[in-house]
Amino acid sequence: MTILVIAEHDNKVLAPATLNTVAAAAKIGGDIHVLVAGLGVGAVAEAAAKIAGVAKVLVADNAAYAHQLPENVAPLVAELGNGYSHILAAATSNGKNILPRVAAQLDVDQISEIISVESADTFKRPIYAGNAIATVQSNAAVKVITVRATGFDPVAAEGGSASVEAVGAAHDAGIASFVGEELAKSDRPELTAAKIVVSGGRGMQSGDNFKHLYALADKLGAAVGASRAAVDAGFVPNDMQVGQTGKIVAPQLYIAVGISGAIQHLAGMKDSKVIVAINKDEEAPIFQVADYGLVADLFEVLPQLQSSL
Amino acid sequence: MKVLVSIKRVVDYNVKVRVKADHSGVDLANVKMSMNPFCEIAVEEAVRLKEKGVATEIVVVSIGLSAAQEQLRTALALGADRAILVESAEDLTSLAVAKLLKAVVDKEQPQLVILGKQAIDSDNNQTGQMLAALSGYGQGTFASKVEISGDSVAVTREVDGGAQTVSLKLPAIVTTDLRLNEPRYASLPNIMKAKKKPLDVVTADALGVSTASTNTTVKVEAPAARSAGIKVTSVAELVEKLKNEAKVL
Repeated sequence: MTILVIAEHDNKVLAPATLNTVAAAAKIGGDIHVLVAGLGVGAVAEAAAKIAGVAKVLVADNAAYAHQLPENVAPLVAELGNGYSHILAAATSNGKNILPRVAAQLDVDQISEIISVESADTFKRPIYAGNAIATVQSNAAVKVITVRATGFDPVAAEGGSASVEAVGAAHDAGIASFVGEELAKSDRPELTAAKIVVSGGRGMQSGDNFKHLYALADKLGAAVGASRAAVDAGFVPNDMQVGQTGKIVAPQLYIAVGISGAIQHLAGMKDSKVIVAINKDEEAPIFQVADYGLVADLFEVLPQLQSSL
Repeated sequence: MKVLVSIKRVVDYNVKVRVKADHSGVDLANVKMSMNPFCEIAVEEAVRLKEKGVATEIVVVSIGLSAAQEQLRTALALGADRAILVESAEDLTSLAVAKLLKAVVDKEQPQLVILGKQAIDSDNNQTGQMLAALSGYGQGTFASKVEISGDSVAVTREVDGGAQTVSLKLPAIVTTDLRLNEPRYASLPNIMKAKKKPLDVVTADALGVSTASTNTTVKVEAPAARSAGIKVTSVAELVEKLKNEAKVL
């Protein structure tokens, strides 16, 4: 059994989600190969070769793969992946975009966002916004799977010494092109990888008031998230959204401020180790999942909390 | 140009679902069903394209039980011109649905196919991408903006770090994200008019597509419940608990 893991990267840096995906591959068992497809990805390939447990790194360095366009990357993965028992990618926006296209090309069903490996062909995944957990078995020749990063502890980024091999295959479908991107800048830790997450909801009342959360987050070394209500109200950009339709996080500590706790939000954070809710409505559903709840006005609590840390 | 929109009948997003005692699935008897929220956004986008004079005809398609006609009528009331139900009693996987949609695409030859990015029941987020692969079309997934110009479409996509814009040759597949638009409500006169719009029913078998699956659902369980928490009365108590009891600070 040999498993192909698709590396998540931005052509410069290997994304941490790759380490969680390799961890899922290690649970399945067998040799693990990592595919790095992109443009000018020498440093990423080097980093991938150092991941503990990786036997081989395949590098497809080509302008056609520069922006991870699925029209070009999927045929590459499908071609390479045919000889593997499993193809795994992180359930990031890239992984979700590319992998179903690979599965369809290989004519197999995909299993999305697994949270545990039961055996080499059986996996658990949440359905209905995390309100049910399905155990799914696959008899496909090549099992195509996306991995929810928060379901697996990352493997060590150092310690491996995989061989690096260039892959010549270049696929350019010529039906899609990259126009541009607008990335939100942040000095704080990445939301999905942070140990502590501080999130604000509609109760923050304005985008300006998020400065209280940023101040608290900086003191804690935390990432800042938001509920869909806060994003839809225009308080913060949508890449901060935690929930079924945003990011899934499972930090050590999740502090929900002014968030009622709708099903769609809970789906994104209820696997956090410790949940703190600060809300002035004591009937808010968030208190049903919170380990520590404080019924109070957030505008009084936040400055106090910041000064007591 | 012709726009094809695919919609799914799912449990209403406000319903808190319960797992069946025999772990065979989720109990959907007597539960309110609706159009998947991302599909509503897909229908709205098609209607807006028609209002702008870009789209000339909107065909809406659903695959599933006969009861999905209800959701197709809703889409017709929102502005779709005609509907197709591909009737199937089976529990279909995303790949099977994509294959059936491909058969419809081959027949209808739309320039643009719009789907929701994921259905809130299976949470798969696969069908649009699979349809794109099977058709050999470009895909603009998780779209927050769609602009047609000539024979291409510019799609702004919501990605992990922010937003990305890609340009796709038509015909193409687009899947909608939440912020693409705000769906309208169907007015009563339009609901009445929708009853007269054409709705064709074909069986999945008639399309000659194999819907065999490589996946089997072994069981469905309720997620582990979190143990009940406590309410603290002050910030000082909260910080003390986080430091000494939970040891997370």
